[in-house]
Amino acid sequence: MAFPPSDSMPSNALTSEGAPTTAAGAPTVVKIVVAGGFAVGKTTFIGSISDIEPLSTEAAMTEHSIGVDDAGGQTDQKTTTTVAMDFGRIALPGDLWLYLFGTPGQDRFLFMWDDLVQGAIGAVVLVDTERLEQCFPAVDYFESRDIPFIVGINCFDGVAKHSIEAVREALSIPAHVPVIYTDARSRDAVKQTLITLVQLAMQRLAAAS
Amino acid sequence: MIERPRARSEQIAGLAKEESQYLYEDEAHAVRPYAVTGGRVRSETANFPVEALVEALPRARMRTGLTPERRTIIERCANQYLSIAELSAYVELPVGVVRIVVADLVEENLVRVHGVSSSSDYSPATTMSVLESVLNGISSL
Repeated sequence: MAFPPSDSMPSNALTSEGAPTTAAGAPTVVKIVVAGGFAVGKTTFIGSISDIEPLSTEAAMTEHSIGVDDAGGQTDQKTTTTVAMDFGRIALPGDLWLYLFGTPGQDRFLFMWDDLVQGAIGAVVLVDTERLEQCFPAVDYFESRDIPFIVGINCFDGVAKHSIEAVREALSIPAHVPVIYTDARSRDAVKQTLITLVQLAMQRLAAAS
Repeated sequence: MIERPRARSEQIAGLAKEESQYLYEDEAHAVRPYAVTGGRVRSETANFPVEALVEALPRARMRTGLTPERRTIIERCANQYLSIAELSAYVELPVGVVRIVVADLVEENLVRVHGVSSSSDYSPATTMSVLESVLNGISSL
């Protein structure tokens, strides 16, 4: 990808008003959030389609934990947990960069990631049918914020152990949210999953306008 | 069959308001960043999205006397656009710290940030034409 010399670009990137801007020279950036429980395959999913090896960065978040102190009494501690956020990038035609961000840490902390979700096209919630309950927080989060999301049942070894309708019912996923089979290791399956999400986002946008 | 408590959504929404104030403070505690950020834990202008692209301006390369973090950030995005998230990964500093350092560099007119939205609420930042391009783009991969 060619980068034009900086001084040939219009200097409208960060205006004093802080208004949204798009410079002619910079790629248009969009993002999709990939959520799901621990070890459900978020990073694998991102890596299957990313142009770059998935990168990992550190972010810190606060955890309130109830513990037992030495005297046997209950303590309410606030500890800071450093979590890794994995992400990838795909260059699309038309100078369009798509970032895929895996939600960091456990999904029960997802509510701390409003800034990660801000402006996203939508989210893919990856589900491992062996541990369905792990995706409850993510489903609740996107639902409560009215963010377009789809549920992707990650089929390890390419085997679907549960029907889509059984998973939809178990997770009480409303009919307007697509539930599909995917495979985090398959580029084609990941592609199809992202396409389903973008189509949903387009439908939602069309219905809203 | 597992019941998903419907009330949890509201609970989460409430918690988010309560907890979000800690986020920037504690992000800053993670890696002794006070030296990097000059003691600040947040900056009014440092609310860049993680995907906002940073570009070093030509004059930044001539600049001397920069801290190692500032120098590395400038070098990294001298010939390419890099997002706040990528810079954070390469410079090995938490996202919150990189936001503050980049905000400083913007104030000193050493870097430019692209794709900045002033909105604080969730809003679909993408237009239909952008979504169409994304859809066509992914389909063509």
